Amino acid sequence: MSEAILSVEHLTMRFGGLIAVNDLSFEARRGEITAVIGPNGAGKTTVFNCITGFYKPSQGRITMRHADGRTHLLERLPDFRIAQVAKVARTFQNIRLFSGMTVLENLLVAQHNPLMSASGWSIGGILGLPSYGRAERQAIEKAAYWLDKCGLTDRADDPAGDLSYGPQRALEIARAMCTEPELLCLDEPAAGLNPRESLVLNDLLRFIRKEHGTSLLLIEHDMSVVMEISDHVVVLDYGIKISDGAPAAVREDPKVIAAYLGVDDSEVEKVEAEVGL
Amino acid sequence: MPLDTAPAAPSPVARAMKDALFAAIIAVGVFGPLLAFKTTQDMQNRLIVEPRWDLLAVVVLLVWAGRFLLSLWRSRVQPETTAAIGSHLLWGLVPPTVRVVIRNGLPPAALVALFVYPMMILSLTGGSGALKWIDNFGIQILIYVMLAWGLNIVVGLAGLLDLGYVAFYAVGAYAYALIATKVIPATFPGLGVWAFWICLPIAGILAAFWGVLLGFPVLRLRGDYLAIVTLAFGEIIRLVLINWTAFSNGYEGISTIPRPSFFGIPFNASDSGFAARFGFEFSPVHRTIFLYYVIVCLALLTAWVSNRLRKLPVGRAWEALREDEIACRSLGINTVNTKLTAFAIGAMFGGFAGSFFAARQGFISPESFTFMESAVILAIVVLGGMGSLIGTAIAAVAMIGGTELLRELDWLKAIFGNDFDPAQYRMLIFGLAMVAIMVWKPRGFVSTRMPTAFLKSRRAVSSAHVKEGHG
Repeated sequence: MSEAILSVEHLTMRFGGLIAVNDLSFEARRGEITAVIGPNGAGKTTVFNCITGFYKPSQGRITMRHADGRTHLLERLPDFRIAQVAKVARTFQNIRLFSGMTVLENLLVAQHNPLMSASGWSIGGILGLPSYGRAERQAIEKAAYWLDKCGLTDRADDPAGDLSYGPQRALEIARAMCTEPELLCLDEPAAGLNPRESLVLNDLLRFIRKEHGTSLLLIEHDMSVVMEISDHVVVLDYGIKISDGAPAAVREDPKVIAAYLGVDDSEVEKVEAEVGL
Repeated sequence: MPLDTAPAAPSPVARAMKDALFAAIIAVGVFGPLLAFKTTQDMQNRLIVEPRWDLLAVVVLLVWAGRFLLSLWRSRVQPETTAAIGSHLLWGLVPPTVRVVIRNGLPPAALVALFVYPMMILSLTGGSGALKWIDNFGIQILIYVMLAWGLNIVVGLAGLLDLGYVAFYAVGAYAYALIATKVIPATFPGLGVWAFWICLPIAGILAAFWGVLLGFPVLRLRGDYLAIVTLAFGEIIRLVLINWTAFSNGYEGISTIPRPSFFGIPFNASDSGFAARFGFEFSPVHRTIFLYYVIVCLALLTAWVSNRLRKLPVGRAWEALREDEIACRSLGINTVNTKLTAFAIGAMFGGFAGSFFAARQGFISPESFTFMESAVILAIVVLGGMGSLIGTAIAAVAMIGGTELLRELDWLKAIFGNDFDPAQYRMLIFGLAMVAIMVWKPRGFVSTRMPTAFLKSRRAVSSAHVKEGHG
């Protein structure tokens, strides 16, 4: 078992009187695909927003460990530093592409920080120094590589808003990968995909893990994706972790079955006591 | 034809008649109170009502006839054709090969025209009338082109609605005026002839500084809220200039601002002046022509820099910010810095333009920096198509050149009587023109967006995908 790349400890997120996530602790291990699942409203996206800095958690600690041993406390970093320094990239449940920019431009925007320093914070770029030209050509090559992996090479010069749903999902993942993350967080990557597109997505995610050594953390509703590709599953319900383990074990867990399918009226109290409600 | 598909429908003439009757009734309601009764004073200084039924009848008849012809024409022409002609105006009728020639040839041709314009005017008018054409049309339009290109960075690229852009114009103008009239004579009087060239960069830097200062409090605001705060900022600067008389001399403004020199050689009739040095006969038109070329260069610098920046990471980040700010942050883009650079660079060009304005006028007062100016500059950017340099330039020529042209319509007095002043109708005409353009081309003259990088071919992005930004 490899070391943890991301440790979430005692994470609590309150919105006024509502406790969306309550004392959640789990780990995502390096080189693994960790899935966070749970019924609607379980707090999955809230956990994601805390990890990627879009929410500041009310309590708790989120530690990111890089391969070279450096650690970052994500709850203390502003959101853009989490992508820039802590190397955690994310995608969104409702796809957020730059729809008026071309597919290629979307991938170039993702390489903003290295390109920015290559352009000498725009001064060298305005003067047309050759170093920036080189950096931009490399950025385009990298974008072309990811376009090839996502099967979007033919659409490179089309506006991102012109793509249909499946390719938009793939492009969002490619865009996140262009920031060279160590941990990639995917918020429902298979939502709205047809079975064939789902399979292609699985291959892409496996490829990312294998060839780039990027660990993945994903929220998913589609059980075929979760059971197929994840190494480790965390199950949330009402902001509380109710199960944690290998996919096969989680699938058999009575608490998980209860959360998803419900229980007989006679068993409600017993299950609620177990879950801690 | 609509008739074939709906045989039971009334004939187009009858329908148009009914439509026109409706329009006429509305016209009676709208124009009746406005036109039918005129109050005048009679010989005994009493107020009397003078009915003008004939005038009302003419107007209503005109509305009726216009509406009748319009609806008749609509029913004759296929709706798709009207839409196509409407959306492309005459552009749609131009064959594609000619379109490519026009599209590729227009910028260089415009550039050449820009540089030969003063010479052409001089040879056409023979020197006497040239001043008006170079100053009122050339320089005036180019100042607005430059301002619109500067604002385009903030509004068109970064999608931050700024209603107080004139504040930076004012900062630039006052920076030049105060430094050139107070600071330089008191410290290095010998540099007096160079005042404009020294103050130009200082004015730009000061305006950029104020741009950042405005940027900080509005970073968290979006859309309407951002627009209101920038509007307030513009007013604050103007009110400070009015009320802090010790600093800015209030309403009286600052006069006798030194005029720019030809790189140290003043434009005057003395022996060391420009005309004597270069062997010309002295004429005030020399300075005007020089100012014209200065503003051409400043405007082209604005265009070149903003075009360059658009292709750099910072420019792409501006456009990405306009498209989706949250996605930007998830990709590690510091949106605070990105917004501040947009404000600062937009403001800097406003400052350059302001300092040029002060140098050209020789006199400035807070009157020149009212909200109306901000509104006109923003209208130019919106009309031109947000983000497009060519479209914005066309819009500036149409709007500012249009205003100036209205002053030239003296012959209309022969028709409407001597107290008719066409320039007073300019806002009415602009209102109509803007409504018409926004109906035909809702996203401005040039609504497509050119990608900043491409893999195989550069294809324009349709405005349907490009967002306007939400502040």
